[in-house]
Amino acid sequence: MKYKSQKVAYWFFALSMLLLVLQIVYGFIMGFARVGMDGLHEIIPFNTARAVHTNLLVVWLLSGFMGAAYYIIPEESKRELVSVKLAYVQLISLALVGVTAIIGYHFNWWEGRKFLEIPRQLDYLVVINVLLFLGLILLTLYKAKRRTTTSIVLAMGLLFAALLYLPGMLPFDSQVMDSFFRWWVVHLWVEGVWELIMGGILSFLLIKLTGVDREVIEKWLYVIVGLTFLSGVLGTGHHYYYIGVNDIWIIVGGIFSALEPLAFLGMALFAINMYRKGEKKHPNKLALFWTLGCAIVSFVGAGLLGFAHTLPQTNLYTHGTLVTAMHGHLAFWGAYAMIVLAMISYAMPNLTGRKIYESNRGRAAFWLSNIGMLGMTVAFGVAGVAQVYLERKFKMDFMMVQNEISIHFVTLLICATLFTVGIIFYILDFIKYGRPNDEALETAEHL
Amino acid sequence: MLSKKQARTFFLGGTMLTFLIFIALTIYSFSGEQDQANTLQLNEPIVRGKQLWEKNNCMGCHTILGEGAYYAPELTKVIDRRGKGYIKAVLMSPVSWAPNGRKMVAYGFTDAEAEDLIAFFDWIDDIDLNGFDRVVSPLAKDK
Repeated sequence: MKYKSQKVAYWFFALSMLLLVLQIVYGFIMGFARVGMDGLHEIIPFNTARAVHTNLLVVWLLSGFMGAAYYIIPEESKRELVSVKLAYVQLISLALVGVTAIIGYHFNWWEGRKFLEIPRQLDYLVVINVLLFLGLILLTLYKAKRRTTTSIVLAMGLLFAALLYLPGMLPFDSQVMDSFFRWWVVHLWVEGVWELIMGGILSFLLIKLTGVDREVIEKWLYVIVGLTFLSGVLGTGHHYYYIGVNDIWIIVGGIFSALEPLAFLGMALFAINMYRKGEKKHPNKLALFWTLGCAIVSFVGAGLLGFAHTLPQTNLYTHGTLVTAMHGHLAFWGAYAMIVLAMISYAMPNLTGRKIYESNRGRAAFWLSNIGMLGMTVAFGVAGVAQVYLERKFKMDFMMVQNEISIHFVTLLICATLFTVGIIFYILDFIKYGRPNDEALETAEHL
Repeated sequence: MLSKKQARTFFLGGTMLTFLIFIALTIYSFSGEQDQANTLQLNEPIVRGKQLWEKNNCMGCHTILGEGAYYAPELTKVIDRRGKGYIKAVLMSPVSWAPNGRKMVAYGFTDAEAEDLIAFFDWIDDIDLNGFDRVVSPLAKDK
């Protein structure tokens, strides 16, 4: 690493790893409940497990993004963070708010709005926390001698993510309006501004790992994030087809959603071409695996599988079925989980000075987690398609259908086990690196 | 060949243009004559029902308007399918309702709370869902 203050990133990454493990535990609780093994129902009913599972996902990804920003922004702007102490305060408060929310869910303390279950009182603390984070990042950039496109795109993504949290706090009496504006947060995060963050991190990693000229990479970064917004903003319409709003969204959402895979295709082609073009072969093969893997898997999970049920004629039957879970799992994994894991894989040798750039366990972590997640996606997909036909075409009762498709959740659990082994390997490597230290300032050669 | 400046203009221009169209369409969608949700019919029991729905995170298992967790039945058109008596019995049950082995939390709602939730479901049932209402609930009575 080049700057001492980058060390704070390690603790955000460590928090991410801890929350990822917890997220997987709650995923298993849900998986077992779906095959009838719901012995924890009285303590952790399905709705609690689900709220914890999805919210932990959001928090560990955000923690990873924040860690990435604390690592990237000093290096890109060629200066230390404006305050390391406040960054630690922000880390601790993020962890406290997250843990309080998760505990609260076990005691019916939530808002009961998909993905935005955090109770209103904690919402205000989230806002303060994010304002502190943004203050540190933006002030560092403001005081910097150099402001690169990569750092600006990353900072814009983080700023817009914070702003877009606000529509989710608006109170509505109408379920339709509530749902409509909830998607302003959820959709415009994951199919909008989070892609800016992903693009910024991807650009940083490609500059470091391939050695391709920054100007070339950053030019294409603009094109890709441009495509993201051009398709993604009006693509929000695919959530509005059948929730009780005007059918103009069927036309608008249908057209622009169909364009959304283009941004992910661009991202995949961009990463692969930069890798091929690059003359510098960075020794950190694991970081390269995760970086290229992220670009490719996100195209399949977010782009192709999203497109598979985004056309209004298809979505009429798949809306509200397990087909959505199929798309959701591979999309979040490919686009956001993998970019965080890529960033951690790149940063850890530089933060700790231990240059473990390649290992059998590291490769096994990559392949097992990806194959496991792909298997889970297929299991969700088969269950979802069967559900669509049995329930919506052949008019079978919901629970009869659930019994028919429960076998696919056995497959899901097997694949989830494979995935978990991969993640355990990854975390073992994370632990093996040890803590960040000042000696790493001198020893890092491949920045 | 595209320059970096042109690429930035494409990003900023495209984003601003689509966002403005998005805002305009949002305003259009919620203008009075486009209302498909009978918003003016919202009353206190319906709103209390929605608050109960959220307070207990019903969406964490069920789906409504096609949104939720896919673990328990879709509740759009549920009154058509099951009738108010059945729904009330489920909501007020002091033990976990598990007709097919999959357990629901035993909320043990009061009579008044159950009535509020039913008012909420009743309001949901009358929303024009652009055809989804007919697909999502094939067991509902033909309308």
